[in-house]
Amino acid sequence: MSTSRLLTQEFEYFAPHTLKEALDLLYKYKDEEVKILAGGTDLLVKMKTLDMKIDYLINLKEIPELKAVETNNQGLKIGATVPLSQLERREIIKEKYPALYEGIKSMAAIAIRNMATLPGNICNASPAGDTIPPLMVYEAQLRIVSKEGERLVPVEDFLRGVGETIIRKEELVSQVIIPAPPSNSGSAFSKKSRVKADIAKINLAIWLEREGKTCKDARIVLGSVFIKALRAKRAEGLLKGEMVSKELLTQVARQAAEEIKPIDDVRSTAEYRTTLARVMVEDTLKLAWERAGGELEG
Amino acid sequence: MMEEYPIELTINGEKIVSTAKAEESLLRFLRRHGFYEVKGGCEKGDCGTCTVIMNGKAIKSCITLAGQANGKEILTVRGLEKEESGRKLQESFVQHGAIQCGFCTAGMLMTAKAYLDENHQPNKVEIRKAISGNLCRCTGYKKIVEAIYAVAEENQKSK
Repeated sequence: MSTSRLLTQEFEYFAPHTLKEALDLLYKYKDEEVKILAGGTDLLVKMKTLDMKIDYLINLKEIPELKAVETNNQGLKIGATVPLSQLERREIIKEKYPALYEGIKSMAAIAIRNMATLPGNICNASPAGDTIPPLMVYEAQLRIVSKEGERLVPVEDFLRGVGETIIRKEELVSQVIIPAPPSNSGSAFSKKSRVKADIAKINLAIWLEREGKTCKDARIVLGSVFIKALRAKRAEGLLKGEMVSKELLTQVARQAAEEIKPIDDVRSTAEYRTTLARVMVEDTLKLAWERAGGELEG
Repeated sequence: MMEEYPIELTINGEKIVSTAKAEESLLRFLRRHGFYEVKGGCEKGDCGTCTVIMNGKAIKSCITLAGQANGKEILTVRGLEKEESGRKLQESFVQHGAIQCGFCTAGMLMTAKAYLDENHQPNKVEIRKAISGNLCRCTGYKKIVEAIYAVAEENQKSK
C-alpha cells in the first residue's frame, strides 16, 4: 500500500547552480533513473502515489539562467523554471497570448501556479495539460539542450503519447520560445472541468488569422480527447481561405468534434466529450474571431 | 545514498541549520523541527492545509522537498502575528467565526496573506478563486471569504 505521507524512494539529490553542471550530471547518469524537478507539482505527487524508480533527482530551480523571461519583437523566450504565476502577471502574455494566459489561469490553485512551470507541464505530457493547446496554436518551440549541443523542437512534435515525449535521457528543456503572433490574429482558450482547480474534461485553444472578412489561417488544438493534444486539421482546412460566417463556424465545430478520439474515463464519457467539444469549439471560434477584429454575419 | 544533506533556512525569522534526507518533504521537515502548526492533510498537493509562504509566495509544503527550501525564507502561521497584515487576518478570522474544526485554518491564513499582499482590492469572487486550493471540510467557506474580504476592505479604507 502506498502512503502519500512519505516518499519511499531513496535517491541522491542535486541542486546545481549552472546549466553546465546540470547537463554534466544528466550525461554522467544517462543510464540510470534520473528525474528533473522544475516545479515538482506533478513529479512529487507521482513519486508519492506511483511506484516510481528514481536514483537521482536534479532540481533546476537554483540555476539563474533558467529563470529569465526575454521579450522582443520576435516573441517570447521563457526560461525553464519560471513559475506560471509569474507569467500570468505579465501584461504581454495577457495582451498578445490570451489563450496561454487563460490556460494558465484555468490551472489549479495559486500555490500550485507559484511552483509549476511550462516545461514541467509539457514534459509531464498529460493529454490534459492546460498549457499545451495554447502553446501548440502559437507554434511554440522548445529549446532542448544536452552536453553535446542543442535542438529546437515544436511542442507539437515533442509529444508522443500519455507521459511520452521525444526527449532523450541526457537532455533537458531549457526554454520555451513563442513567436509573436501577427497583429490581425486572435486566439482564445476554453476548458471544462468539474470544479475550477480540477483537471480538464476537455481543454482547447484556437488561433485565427484574419484578412478582411476571410480567415487566412487557423489552428485548432484540443486536449483530453486523445493520447496527446490533437490538432483538428480537417476543421482548420474548412476555415482557411473562407469568408467567416456563423454558419461556417458551426460547420467547423461539428467537423472538429468528429476528428477527436475521446475515451470514457472517471472525468467524462466519450459521448459527453464529443458533444461538449462541438459547443466549446464553436464558442471559442467566435471569441478568437472577435479578438482578431472580425465581425460575424448570418 | 541514505546520506543527509545540509540545509540552512530561515523559519519565521529564525535561522535553522540542520540536515535532511533527499526524500524528506518540506512539510515533514518543518514538523520534525517542531513547527506542528503546519498541517499535513492529503499530502499530495490537493487540500492546501500544508500551505506555507516561501520567499513571499504561497506554496504547498507537502510536494516541496526540504532541499528546495535550502537558503529560503519560510513563513508559517506561527510567524503571522509578527506582521501587521498577518495579525489583521488572524483577528478577522476570529471575529467572523471563520474557524470551525480548525484543520484548514493555518493553510487558509497563509494563502490569504500571500494573496492580499499582492492583490489589494479583491472582490468576493476573486477571493473564492484565490482559496480554491484550500479545502475546508466543515464547508465554512462563506465566513472565511467574509473574513478575508473584511481585511481587504479595511486596507482600502486606510489608504
